[in-house]
Amino acid sequence: MSTIVCPECEAQVELAAGTEVGEILVCSDCGVDLEVTALEPATVQLAPMEQEDWGE
Amino acid sequence: MQRRLKIGVLYSRVRVEEKWIFGAMEKRGIDYDRLDDRAIHFDLDNAKPWQQYDAVLERSISYNSGLYALRLLNAFGVPTVNTASVAEVCGDKLMTSAALARDGVPQPHNATAFTTEAALEAIEAFGYPVVLKPVVGSWGRLLAKVNDRDAAEAVLEHKSTLGSVQHSVFYIQEYIAKPGRDIRAVVIGDKVLTAMYRKSEHWITNTARGGEGELCPITPEIEDLCLRAAKSVGGGVLAVDLVEHPEKGLVVNEINHTMEFHTMQPVSGIDIAGEIVEYTVNVVKEKF
Repeated sequence: MSTIVCPECEAQVELAAGTEVGEILVCSDCGVDLEVTALEPATVQLAPMEQEDWGE
Repeated sequence: MQRRLKIGVLYSRVRVEEKWIFGAMEKRGIDYDRLDDRAIHFDLDNAKPWQQYDAVLERSISYNSGLYALRLLNAFGVPTVNTASVAEVCGDKLMTSAALARDGVPQPHNATAFTTEAALEAIEAFGYPVVLKPVVGSWGRLLAKVNDRDAAEAVLEHKSTLGSVQHSVFYIQEYIAKPGRDIRAVVIGDKVLTAMYRKSEHWITNTARGGEGELCPITPEIEDLCLRAAKSVGGGVLAVDLVEHPEKGLVVNEINHTMEFHTMQPVSGIDIAGEIVEYTVNVVKEKF
């Protein structure tokens, strides 16, 4: 199980099994959206803010 | 020996739907590339890197990125799911309404105007309440239920002053007193795969806004309406949203061309991701 440090609040966040690059995690402490940028070792960055043309 | 298919999957984020789609590709042994729309670029003098794909499945969250990518891919002769022309129609509520009106598919009463004065005149002709929607946008964002003239004047001024120029294409829709739910149906090709009620106490029933899903039986009326709606916008992999209008019966509210189905797949028990992959493979086969 990989663990990352939230860049916003420095909480330790565990990555669930099967997590993929490009997936969005929510920091369990501060609630910020984090994008997984690599897996071995696991890295994250703050996810981009929602844009006006986003949707389905 | 027959060459293996090569599929590209264009995406912005790996949501649960993309994980299911990747899984369905892998289960079928399909050779595919993950194409992050934030990382790709197109050289218009060199289509070859893109022509290696027998088809591209578009799953972008960004409407603009997805639409322009589809336009280029189609111009390069690469089949896509969905096509650029379908994305053009479905991604713009006004274009969708125009297509449905052309084909006589039942929909809510809609109007459009390009200035605040003309929009106010159209709203007054509707009577209150009305709903104002951005022509491009999703997840139930920036919808406004306008209950009186004061609110109409305020919302129109805010839209024209604070928004991009696109917000000055005012899309006005009658307010429908629906029974606390709407219906989302998944149409793939010429088949209505499944349907779901989206329930909410709020007048916006989108699951992205907290609406809950419950299986909806596919009646002959739902099937007929969904297939007509899908055909009207060009067909493909589509989510057709229906509303139960108290006077008109079922009407088509909108059609999504890069649908989310994180609620739909578990509620229906249908492998929607697998069906999307099968459809994409069949698009390739039809080409040859």
